[in-house]
Amino acid sequence: MPTTAPAAHALGDVTTSDSTLRRFLHGLPGVDAVGLEARAASLGTRSIKTTAKAYAIDLAISMVDLTTLEGADTPGKVRALGAKAVHPDPTDRTTPATAAVCVYPDMVTTAKAAVAGSGVKVASVATAFPAGRAALDVKLADVRDAVSAGADEVDMVIDRGAFLAGNYMKVYDEIVAVKEACGTSARLKVIFETGELSTYDNIRRASWLGMLAGADFIKTSTGKVAVNATPANTLLMLEAVRDFRAQTGVQVGVKPAGGIRTSKDAIKFLVLVNETAGEDWLDNHWFRFGASSLLNDLLMQRQKLATGRYSGPDYVTVD
Amino acid sequence: MASVFEYAPAPESRSVVDIAPSYGLFIDGEFTEAADGKVFKSISPSTEEVLSEVAQAGAEDVDRAVKAARKAFEKWSALPGSERAKYLFRIARIIQERSRELAVLETLDNGKPIKETRDADLPLVAAHFFYYAGWADKLEHAGFGANPRPLGVAGQVIPWNFPLLMLAWKIAPALATGNTVVLKPAETTPLSALFFADICRQAGLPKGVVNILPGYGDTGAALVAHEDVNKVAFTGSTAVGKEIARTVAGTRKKLTLELGGKGANIVFDDAPIDQAVEGIVTGIFFNQGQVCCAGSRLLVQESIQEELLDSLKRRLSTLRLGDPLDKNTDIGAINSAEQLARITALTEQGEAEGAERWSPACELPSSGYWFAPTLFTNVTQAHTIARDEIFGPVLSVLTFRTPEEAVAKANNSQYGLSAGIWTEKGSRILAVANKLRAGVVWSNTFNKFDPTSPFGGYKESGFGREGGRHGLEAYLAPSSPEGER
Repeated sequence: MPTTAPAAHALGDVTTSDSTLRRFLHGLPGVDAVGLEARAASLGTRSIKTTAKAYAIDLAISMVDLTTLEGADTPGKVRALGAKAVHPDPTDRTTPATAAVCVYPDMVTTAKAAVAGSGVKVASVATAFPAGRAALDVKLADVRDAVSAGADEVDMVIDRGAFLAGNYMKVYDEIVAVKEACGTSARLKVIFETGELSTYDNIRRASWLGMLAGADFIKTSTGKVAVNATPANTLLMLEAVRDFRAQTGVQVGVKPAGGIRTSKDAIKFLVLVNETAGEDWLDNHWFRFGASSLLNDLLMQRQKLATGRYSGPDYVTVD
Repeated sequence: MASVFEYAPAPESRSVVDIAPSYGLFIDGEFTEAADGKVFKSISPSTEEVLSEVAQAGAEDVDRAVKAARKAFEKWSALPGSERAKYLFRIARIIQERSRELAVLETLDNGKPIKETRDADLPLVAAHFFYYAGWADKLEHAGFGANPRPLGVAGQVIPWNFPLLMLAWKIAPALATGNTVVLKPAETTPLSALFFADICRQAGLPKGVVNILPGYGDTGAALVAHEDVNKVAFTGSTAVGKEIARTVAGTRKKLTLELGGKGANIVFDDAPIDQAVEGIVTGIFFNQGQVCCAGSRLLVQESIQEELLDSLKRRLSTLRLGDPLDKNTDIGAINSAEQLARITALTEQGEAEGAERWSPACELPSSGYWFAPTLFTNVTQAHTIARDEIFGPVLSVLTFRTPEEAVAKANNSQYGLSAGIWTEKGSRILAVANKLRAGVVWSNTFNKFDPTSPFGGYKESGFGREGGRHGLEAYLAPSSPEGER
């Protein structure tokens, strides 16, 4: 099993053994919860108006991973989602397309067909999403299935049980294996389920662990638990990718997921990106929103900016 | 589509505040001209625009105001505490109701960002009145004797850095304890105190209980020296504080002084770095560093100096300097041309003495008084900028290797107002805090204020405490015969 990710080189041999990896992760600067949340809240008071708001809304639309992850998903629903991703607002063709549609592996073929030729990516949650409680073979098979069906991106969940037990090497090896299964055709998003990691120190350690193992994106959560993306945990992950690039030269993307429902919230996240990681991340190659109900609010706000009037939910499509 | 996320201007409306072309002195519940007819102008430091013309109190006016306060004292001090509390609660509520108006006014007159007046100053002003209103009927339980009595007429002189907040720190405990007040606001920021005078009328406060006398240093000197003043409270520079102490010495006046500072902000190698950087920024760039308890000396452990300074410089590059009325502004204007000159002179001296100067790329507006956030590295204890209070957005960075050295350097100052400790190790916080000679020690935070928490200095930072239960003591005489002075 491979145990060395490309990004690890600049940091020396921190991933050669359980103990070096543990020492490295526990040697990362601590996180003061009060201070972190205060900073996230203060950035949330930035007042974004007029031209800046128009820019932010279009940017946010282009960063949405339009997602359907339900047991009741049908090909028809996925096709509808694909169509919406390509043309989010059928009444205004200047609206940018979303970044991707995100589906279960068995829907990848359908989704690929629905967005063909548009530039919209297809992401697939694999690795026994959302609990991740399956044998590695099963997880890898899940990933290969998605990739061979044409997924451009794979969203994997980490083994939170192993992480919380302090078994960092197991988590690391799994990510490396999944990354390998993604091959060169699919980018890997690593989901930590931050709500289950419980402390900010753990979220910072998980972020570095994911990046060391070769994650292309680090992602807060599955959207399936009580606490998902928050301004504070996203700020923390943005600090991690910023520091990781400073040390290794490797840029990693960030994806907050779950619980971001309004344009106002989305814009607050963009302010976090702008003032923490910087403008290099203000692009859907490096930042995504895992939020489907957000898109309609963005579209309604966009229509309001264009017309001066607030239209209402019947003027945007239901999924 | 723009390639960068530029925030469009988001100015707060000026229309919520109605500034009159001229204001009088507030004596015995009435606005009145100065006896000698003198006036001065209050200008907006961010634009140099004249906001209003304000009457300048002379010795005769001081006498009138003290007499009014003396007369009002008889009835005011005889009121049951619960009655005084009613007035204070009413004032607190009016401040909350008018907080947007007062925040905009304070920003116009002082130059600090609306973000700070709106989110820090005004909530704290209201909180102080609420807090001391709560004490007014419980004074016998405050720990200063069974039946503590008010002192009489309080002469209070406040600075320009937090005009309304310093007014609240002074007036709220004085009124709660049954004293009456003659207050002199600073010459560069008199307007919010005059609006406060209007709030006193709105609250139906009896005439003469609060008197406001705008003016310069000589007005303050006349007030401090007035023979019928029983208590003097001053916040401001150490030099003026010393003068006041000389004036008051040998009289029966009770005195409290809140003076300058050169706070040490100590960052240990196990600190939460990202939050420490925020704390350093809050410590020295809040209110353009024009804060007596500012963390103006950064003491950083040598092993993380490089990493911390890199983070700090990157963070400073995101600070937004400009129109204080813009809701996105982090750094506003320096309060006056005089203060700007002082900051400029001290930073030039810092360079001349060999410290290394750094500022982020930062465009300064063409009119008004502005100073870019500035960082000095290679600073030693022997440098002037490590010893003198600059009272501006200027941070001096020093290093240390051991906790003992950090404590020794932090305490090696003629001041002792505030300090900060940044470490993830709780035992270290307690051990170091116990050794620091400073009135306030923050750990893993900085510049946090609360009415329940006493504030005051050691050494040349003054004496006496404001805020909290301790803040009552400065305005009370114990009921025992020994307390008769």
